[in-house]
Amino acid sequence: MSAPQNRINNPSRRNFIAATAVGAASLGAVALAPGLHLIEVSQASAPSAGASSKVRWGMLIDTTKCASGCDECVQACNTENGINETVQDARQGSQWIRKIDLKDPQSGRQHSLPMMCQHCEKPPCVDVCPTGASMKRADGIVLVDRHICIGCRYCMMACPYKARSFVHQPLTEQNPQVPRGMGCVESCTFCVQRVDRGLKPACVEACPEGAMTFGDLNDPNSDIARRLANEASTQVRADLKLGLGVRYQGI
Amino acid sequence: MKAVALALLLALTSVLALAGAPKPVIRIENPGQCIAPAAEMRKNHMEMLKHQRDRTLRQGIRGEAASLNECINCHAGKTSGTVTGQDGFCQQCHSYVAVKLDCWDCHQPKAGNQHAATGVKP
Repeated sequence: MSAPQNRINNPSRRNFIAATAVGAASLGAVALAPGLHLIEVSQASAPSAGASSKVRWGMLIDTTKCASGCDECVQACNTENGINETVQDARQGSQWIRKIDLKDPQSGRQHSLPMMCQHCEKPPCVDVCPTGASMKRADGIVLVDRHICIGCRYCMMACPYKARSFVHQPLTEQNPQVPRGMGCVESCTFCVQRVDRGLKPACVEACPEGAMTFGDLNDPNSDIARRLANEASTQVRADLKLGLGVRYQGI
Repeated sequence: MKAVALALLLALTSVLALAGAPKPVIRIENPGQCIAPAAEMRKNHMEMLKHQRDRTLRQGIRGEAASLNECINCHAGKTSGTVTGQDGFCQQCHSYVAVKLDCWDCHQPKAGNQHAATGVKP
């Protein structure tokens, strides 16, 4: 059971592969030994450097700006990630982000907020995953490796934020950048395919009120880090000490 | 007489066995340079894709030469627009060697950007 995880997490093997791949890119064509060839690169562009642990992606959501009844962020997420299937049972539909309306029974104050994967620093979903499919990238984005997810849904049980969904039916017409299919668990990826291209997540871009801020928590000059340093913010269920990447204001 | 008949039968069956199943017809509809010679691609494409997928997903390395989307963009049929189906580039060989393809359970097998993030069925 531990074999695939060991293989994937073995840093020396990884570095060797990555280094040789870079070598192949710079040299053009490489033959290490008879029968052991490396890729001849026809496309000139070099691969990107990848996720860095110097970066910690995070999101700040100002719930005082978030309008009840508005679900632009949910729609943008569904469009970007190709979540468009019709499900027989509404409870089985995938929710990468959902809107929640809250009411304080004492004061009667109502507010609304989007809830999604909180991209924990210490993610319980990663702790419980028996195959190593639930994983956290160096830049703090928590993902499911569908190639080795067996669909046991243990992570769904472990997540305190109900952030994960299971795909119950065969899918077609996926976004080529966002593969998803039956039998795997999935959740918000911070639109990793956009973030890696230097874009913001679709929900952040779509919010008409500008209630969502996305950025690098580790960069003191970033908008999000400056605001977190100067304004009050909350982590949902901070008592769990999971080190959330998503922070809220006004709750 | 019996021996001759037996020999004939043996010869016939061995010829049939040699003939085997019909070879796959591989159509390259967008000829150009692949990322490696054909012989190497035939032998190693699965290894290339497997290591690339792990680097992309786990380390966030994008834009490598080996990429399933790039395979599709070149090898999708011009009329069908896909690498799957009866005459699909991937399907042809995989049917011949009886290796199940489950890439398309999750990945989009059609070429082009017309499917990029539309969120609706085309």
